[in-house]
Amino acid sequence: MKYFGLIWKNVWRKKVRTSLTILSVLVAFLLFTLLSAIGYAFKGGQDAASAERLVTIDKVSLINLLPIAYKNRIASTPGVRAVTHATWFGGYYQNERNQFMQIPVDPHEYMSLYPELKMPQEQFDAWVKNRTGAVIGQELADQYDIEVGDRIPIQATIWTKADGGRSWEFDVEGIFSTDDPRGVTAYMMFHYDYFDEARAFGQGLVGWYIIGVEPGADSVQVSKAVDAQFANSPNETETTTEQAFSASFAKQLGNIAMIVTLILGAVFFTLLLVSGNTMSQSVRERISELAVLKTLGFEDRAVLGIVLSESILIMLIGGLLGLGFGWVLVQGIAKAVGAFLPGIYLSPQAMLVALGIMVGAGVLAGIFPAIKAMRLSIIDALARA
Amino acid sequence: MRTINQIIAVTWLSLSSLPRRFASSAVAVVGVAAVVLVFAAVLSMASGFERTMLSAGSDEVAIITRSGSTSEMVSGLSNEQALIVANAPGVLKNGDAPVTSAELYVIVDVKKKSNNLEANVPFRGIQTTGFDVRRNTTLVEGRMFDTGKNELIVGRAAQSEFMGLDLGETIKFGQREWQVVGVFEADGSVSESELWTDVRVLQDAYRRGNSFQSVRVKLESPESIEILKTNLEEDPRIDPDVLSEKEFYSSQAQGLSQFIKLIGYPLTVLMAIGAVFGALNSMYSSVSVRGKEIATLRALGFGPFPVLVSTVIESTLLALVGGVIGGTLAFLIFNGFQVSTLNTASFSQVVFDFAVTPDLLAQGLYAALIIGVLGGFFPAIRAARLPVAQALREL
Repeated sequence: MKYFGLIWKNVWRKKVRTSLTILSVLVAFLLFTLLSAIGYAFKGGQDAASAERLVTIDKVSLINLLPIAYKNRIASTPGVRAVTHATWFGGYYQNERNQFMQIPVDPHEYMSLYPELKMPQEQFDAWVKNRTGAVIGQELADQYDIEVGDRIPIQATIWTKADGGRSWEFDVEGIFSTDDPRGVTAYMMFHYDYFDEARAFGQGLVGWYIIGVEPGADSVQVSKAVDAQFANSPNETETTTEQAFSASFAKQLGNIAMIVTLILGAVFFTLLLVSGNTMSQSVRERISELAVLKTLGFEDRAVLGIVLSESILIMLIGGLLGLGFGWVLVQGIAKAVGAFLPGIYLSPQAMLVALGIMVGAGVLAGIFPAIKAMRLSIIDALARA
Repeated sequence: MRTINQIIAVTWLSLSSLPRRFASSAVAVVGVAAVVLVFAAVLSMASGFERTMLSAGSDEVAIITRSGSTSEMVSGLSNEQALIVANAPGVLKNGDAPVTSAELYVIVDVKKKSNNLEANVPFRGIQTTGFDVRRNTTLVEGRMFDTGKNELIVGRAAQSEFMGLDLGETIKFGQREWQVVGVFEADGSVSESELWTDVRVLQDAYRRGNSFQSVRVKLESPESIEILKTNLEEDPRIDPDVLSEKEFYSSQAQGLSQFIKLIGYPLTVLMAIGAVFGALNSMYSSVSVRGKEIATLRALGFGPFPVLVSTVIESTLLALVGGVIGGTLAFLIFNGFQVSTLNTASFSQVVFDFAVTPDLLAQGLYAALIIGVLGGFFPAIRAARLPVAQALREL
């Protein structure tokens, strides 16, 4: 650390070159930040999804509905603490571009299975009382500027009403949020009772069941027990953890992770070349100076350390700036497209990885010039100068 | 004329000293190559997807769904409504029989070969006329399914992407077993991602009674869609959306391809900015290495303008070399690379190839050109302004 002044001076020896290198590093880490935050959304919020909750769907396909009568049979399965259901409504708000998830649920059952969803008690009570009431997530409220008390029409794409209409109107009675920064709240919930009575067809059918497992019970055993109950019935089921269920959607998108990794690979390879080149140029220019340092009694190791620190310092300045800008941008993007692509989140792990890459790339870029500097023979170097 | 001669001379001189500055020039080249590679790779995904979706669309075929349906899967039409559509004016007739196919569209879980995980594969029930209402669709292996039997035919793309769909194999969905009896091709279009069977069998298997989700009709001419539309919309027994196949598929393609572009273009711009810094760096060092050379030329009577132009030319050439390398790599690695993804518009898998089109390569080279000019410009100004006496003294 006592050489910091010297290192700092060396870094800024050629201002233009150093600034340009720092700027390229900045861009690289800005990209890293954005891609990992967006990549996180593609994982489908599986980190926030619970491994304690199970999801039961029709075995053949998610689009097939399950009878409501399954609820009691699931509830009586050993190891099941609580069970509720939800159904994909698939409507849009105002125009077809505004698609978000709407699900008819049983308010009490659903909210008790999802304790992480927070809503003021009086809003919840008001929702329970109002048959055509609905609650929306904070992310939706922000995106579409919807407030408690608004009456919003949702156009059904699947569920026409018994009277032939496609427009379902709901009173927004509450807004729910979650403290988990990874949690997704870009959806809307309304009463299943109202839904079941007003829909034109499909009475008594629901989309999927959500099961809370008793503390200490083995999720795998419970899943098997549930599915075994319905084996060889017209609607066989498939029960997995909520986490695996979310992950299966993300995986259907294809190998997004591979493509992102590929891009980042190309970016960082280039970055290494750029900064490695800067470092070797800067060492080449300073050969006589380094020789003087050695003449003054600096040890080989100190010279190695000085050159290496210089390269790491350049990476850290650029990288941290990039990370900072990226963080600000991610907040903005998450707000702007939250309803369309929920779950954009810059995880602490991603930031740690970025930090690791900064140091690693700094070492890689600086190591060869630094070794060259360390091995410098004083006499030759001074003679060349 | 004299200026041009000078430019040529100075450019030649600076290019001939390139080997001496190999490392820093190579960095600029690689930087630009990476930009063009990533640009072409990401955007080739969008263009491949669009090609697959749009090549299926003809304007001589109309698709009728229930009004308000955003995809076939959420639509629903009764048998009576399907008959009304088939007999409506504007529909092409083959003798007395209208050329139409009432269809059912469900999804089934089939494992992907690439990751052994289940994916939503579209399973379509068609009438035997299903081939007549589609362009360029032919059975290439095996035979057509028999009506009334649990037999299916599989699209070429679906077969290569998903497991257990080879000719003669039996695949189980729920409690029913289906035999793969044929393979069809459809010019690489989205239909090839699907499995087809007899619509009556599928209705029964999925307990859909006597209902359909869409009706495809061959039109008498592209213009007769208007006649069909007016007639159906005036009919109180049906509340339809009538779209030409072309419109239908482009609306299905929109979401995903816009999304890829929304990510791809800003990504390229950001990377290009990074590459400009790289190019600037290497051109500044080129100017400083050639300081004496440039000063000597100036002392001999060469003007500042040729020096400026030659520096920009050098940087542009380097960037173009990078662009060509990046574009070639993108083409070699990605063109024809088959993937499948979940199209959220239809909630089912679409199998498509990456398409590195000439248009994309041209855009990539254009980006390289801009990077080269920007990266050379400021160093060029410095080169032109180099104080001659001082630079010579540094000998």
